[in-house]
Amino acid sequence: MNPANEHLYEMLRQVSGYIYPNEVEFHWSILIVVYPYLTGLVAGAFILASLVKVFKVKQLQPVYRLSMLTALSFMIIAPLPLQMHLGHWERSYEIFLTPNFTSAMAMFGFVYAWYLMVVLLLEIWFTYRRDLIRWTDTDKPVMRFVHRALALFSKDTSEEGERFDMKAVKFITIIGIPSAFLLHGYVGFIFGSIKANPWWSSVLIPIVFLFSAIVSGIAMVMLLYMIVTPLRGQKIDMACIDKMASFLFVAVIIDFSLEMLDFIHRLYESEESIKILSDLVMNKLFISLGIVQVLLGMIIPLALILFIKLFRVDEELRKLFYFLGAILIQMGIFATRWNVVMGGQMFSKSFRGLTVYKMDITGIEGLLMTFVLLLLPFVILWILIKVMPPWETSPSAT
Amino acid sequence: MERRRFFGKGFTLLAQFGLISSVFKRASAEPTDYDASKHYYGMGIQVNKCIGCGKCMEACKEENGVPKEPFYFRTWVERYSIKKDGEVIVKSIDPRIDTLGNTVSEKDVMRSFFVPKLCNHCDHPPCVQVCPVGATFKTDDGVILVDSERCIGCRYCIQACPYGARYLNPVTSTADKCTFCYHRITKGLLPACVEVCPTQARIFGDTRSTASPLTRFKRMFKLHVLKPSLNTDPKVQYADLDGEVR
Repeated sequence: MNPANEHLYEMLRQVSGYIYPNEVEFHWSILIVVYPYLTGLVAGAFILASLVKVFKVKQLQPVYRLSMLTALSFMIIAPLPLQMHLGHWERSYEIFLTPNFTSAMAMFGFVYAWYLMVVLLLEIWFTYRRDLIRWTDTDKPVMRFVHRALALFSKDTSEEGERFDMKAVKFITIIGIPSAFLLHGYVGFIFGSIKANPWWSSVLIPIVFLFSAIVSGIAMVMLLYMIVTPLRGQKIDMACIDKMASFLFVAVIIDFSLEMLDFIHRLYESEESIKILSDLVMNKLFISLGIVQVLLGMIIPLALILFIKLFRVDEELRKLFYFLGAILIQMGIFATRWNVVMGGQMFSKSFRGLTVYKMDITGIEGLLMTFVLLLLPFVILWILIKVMPPWETSPSAT
Repeated sequence: MERRRFFGKGFTLLAQFGLISSVFKRASAEPTDYDASKHYYGMGIQVNKCIGCGKCMEACKEENGVPKEPFYFRTWVERYSIKKDGEVIVKSIDPRIDTLGNTVSEKDVMRSFFVPKLCNHCDHPPCVQVCPVGATFKTDDGVILVDSERCIGCRYCIQACPYGARYLNPVTSTADKCTFCYHRITKGLLPACVEVCPTQARIFGDTRSTASPLTRFKRMFKLHVLKPSLNTDPKVQYADLDGEVR
């Protein structure tokens, strides 16, 4: 026995029923769970920010810049798990150079580049440009250079320049909303378009991904705002988090309804795969789907927000409920990604057997690396916040 | 089990002879000006002829350098036992994957048969569609191949294959699969699995030829393909295929 394959022999022993021999190896590991989780946060945080600029939801102004920086931080790390998962990461540039246009995955580079370069970076630049110039007046030498460089050495602080910035931000946000939909809808399409896999193959998957992205993005910004604001010695703007919670409430209901629709549709159609998918849900995904995704990640957060909406709840309890709800939602959305990616690989395409996923602790596709990848966006966000504080309100931000 | 052992041992000799003769044939094969556009290959499998000896699996691994571990197969054979109560028991005939054992008592079995499996070299291949860099492609003669120099190892093709015919080669870290022994067929030889099959359960040939064994096979039998609802249009066709086979 080749020692490198020891884990496969172990998995082989845990197979139940019949699976094709090549299916013993799990091909998409936890890194592929992390990837849609991160991109979902990007799309969700951006859509939250767009509520301020396009839909004029003034209560959310305090989190506008934080949302943008959050989206950027997660966007920078999002391709890393994909890159690390490749058998030949050094050839990944081939996706740009010789893309196969019939492949959904080949579009990744273009969708990513469009979203990062055209939407996120441009919008952040126009939002911050005037502040970056203003900060150079009081900066120490190193930071002064950094801010000047980030402003691309622009020195225009005129009213006319500011008006242009505002127009540009609005225009980019309008482009950005369908782009954010494209970004995460596209990630859903990667799974939803695999006709060989009945767990993935659903026209609803891209839409479910999209709404779960909005849910996770809003919940993440809410969490960050509620953690960072007291750390800065500031008071949490209750109108802001109440508004976020309202949007979160609606987004969770839509997400929940879509997932239920998908579930009922599968049950009602009761196709060839229904038996193995039922076994999958009952035996392999019961905790991650039934308990974590649905109960903890959707029903309890909905109940918490509903409780606040129905009864007069004091500020401290509201904060506690929102905080708890947002954490549960993050767990639930991660479980959603897990259930899609892992669930789709735990049953055989012969529809006659189930297999298992055994996660390594160390190694490139291990648990520790997953934690690193999940923490990295926060490190980047911390640096971004230090360099470009999202708290100061400039005239252009209002 | 006794019968299996008898057939296994008996056909080992035949298979070895087949392999040796095929090696000689390969060595003597003259390089020809092969024109892929003049061929379009396919395979026929007569389920009733397969005796589950597994020589095709062994020959394939030898011929193509497939890792010996029981997780990587370009071709494999499944044993179906359909019980009187309708329950279907499927096992791989490779003892490293499944111990065939007597999990189904003979008196409970309604019918039993072996089904060889391999890449179906689909005419509408989902693997080719999803490959982000075009490393998986269809040749002019209808064979689905992987360019291991270009494959980035994303494994999207493995997910997209409805037949479980692909694996990630642990040596090259690229997708791998049956090539119909492309290095042999372009020299006019048969794929290794076809060459060694003692009962001629596998028939290989040119689908466009009017006189190939495959054409005769297609004339003689009522044929079926695996998972026709997926519209992959497989070029591996089965005769005597049971509805329980997926």
